[in-house]
Amino acid sequence: MVELKTPLDDRAVAALSAGDRVLITGHLYTARDAAHERLVKALEAGQRLPFDLAGQIIYYVGPSPAKPGRVIGSAGPTTSGRMDPYTPALLERGLKGMIGKGSRSAAVREALKKYNAVYFAAVGGAAALITKCIVGCELVAYEDLGPEAIRRLRVERFPVVVINDARGGDLYEEGLRQYSQAGPA
Amino acid sequence: MREVDVSLVTAAVDKLCRSANEVLGEDVLQALRAALDSEESPAGREVIGQLLENARIAREEGEPMCQDTGLAVVFLEVGQEVRLVGGDIEAAVNEGVRRGYVGGFLRKSAVKDPLDRKNTGDNTPAIIHTRIVPGDRVRVVVAPKGGGAENMSALRMLTPADGRDGVKAFVVDVVRRAGPNPCPPVVVGVGLGGTFEKAALLAKEALLRPLGQHHPDPAVAALERDLLTEINRLGIGPQGFGGRVTALWVSVLTYACHIASLPVAVNVNCHAHRHAEAVV
Repeated sequence: MVELKTPLDDRAVAALSAGDRVLITGHLYTARDAAHERLVKALEAGQRLPFDLAGQIIYYVGPSPAKPGRVIGSAGPTTSGRMDPYTPALLERGLKGMIGKGSRSAAVREALKKYNAVYFAAVGGAAALITKCIVGCELVAYEDLGPEAIRRLRVERFPVVVINDARGGDLYEEGLRQYSQAGPA
Repeated sequence: MREVDVSLVTAAVDKLCRSANEVLGEDVLQALRAALDSEESPAGREVIGQLLENARIAREEGEPMCQDTGLAVVFLEVGQEVRLVGGDIEAAVNEGVRRGYVGGFLRKSAVKDPLDRKNTGDNTPAIIHTRIVPGDRVRVVVAPKGGGAENMSALRMLTPADGRDGVKAFVVDVVRRAGPNPCPPVVVGVGLGGTFEKAALLAKEALLRPLGQHHPDPAVAALERDLLTEINRLGIGPQGFGGRVTALWVSVLTYACHIASLPVAVNVNCHAHRHAEAVV
């Protein structure tokens, strides 16, 4: 088990390998479909982003609302592939990690190598369990997007698995190599 | 005629939206426990253990088991001896969804326009499927459907010559292409026959059958077994980390179809296989 603190530095990222189990302590920024569209539009328009991407991790999540007395509602990962078209531009600006679930495009996997960044998965649908590791939540931007607004989460030992490392390793491909008994597609 | 006030349907839908999202069915829990035994991959077993723990926390603490509390898919079976009074039945269903999702702290995941994409703020409108059936009761089923698994679903109009093998190849290919995206282990609903839209609805309805219960027709049950075996040879495993349990169950529903057609629809559901029902 690897313990990581945010913001991530290049050495810590480079040391990660597909399949590593990691506990993250520090901050994560939430963003999913609509927030990504706005972030990339802002970049294209030459505007400042609502947070500095350098060394940060984006968590693809749209949490459910917090019940009274709780920090946040359920907060498991959403499918990452939908963010693929926006991701290389964010990695180019210094984003170091992403947390979601499911496969990334070839372009994103290449960008991870080029910019020395990492893609993690959290367990999809284990949202009530994952929420236990989130100890703080504040709004950063795009409140009008509701569950899709950007929030800064404070997390303690938030459990993830490295899917794509910065050297081209891919846990999903590795899993299929090990367990597939089916013929080629 | 038995009069049923639609406010009773509103109350039922409100309650069912909450319970479906917080309480995973005993059939799914049993399937997950069985998967824990049959899964060879250590990473896969760890995931399944976490899903069981997640279900316990959701039930005991009243948290949604998944943050994607879904679009509210509502099946209404209205007895033909029922007269609905007190308002518009679809408005009553939507009011129940509004109360359940707002009052129950469930996520609002509906956008008003598929291209403009502004959140409606209360998770309405519901997707409502109504059937008129014999009797004097109204059966209400709420099946919240998450977007990640729904996006992996597919429909193809096969031709009669494609036959059973063609159906199998298509269904398995849909699950293969979905890979880790729909939060495996998945539950697969298959609609076979009918027309284009009937096949899709059958696939959704197939997801309502309890896990562990095969189709009563032995030939369809055999197809379900074959599909489950082939899907679990794919090696995708829990969360796509590699393993034996890619699907917990496959349910197939069939219907008559045109002499030229063999429609097949595959509705993929995640392990958060939610539905709850009430009779009014």
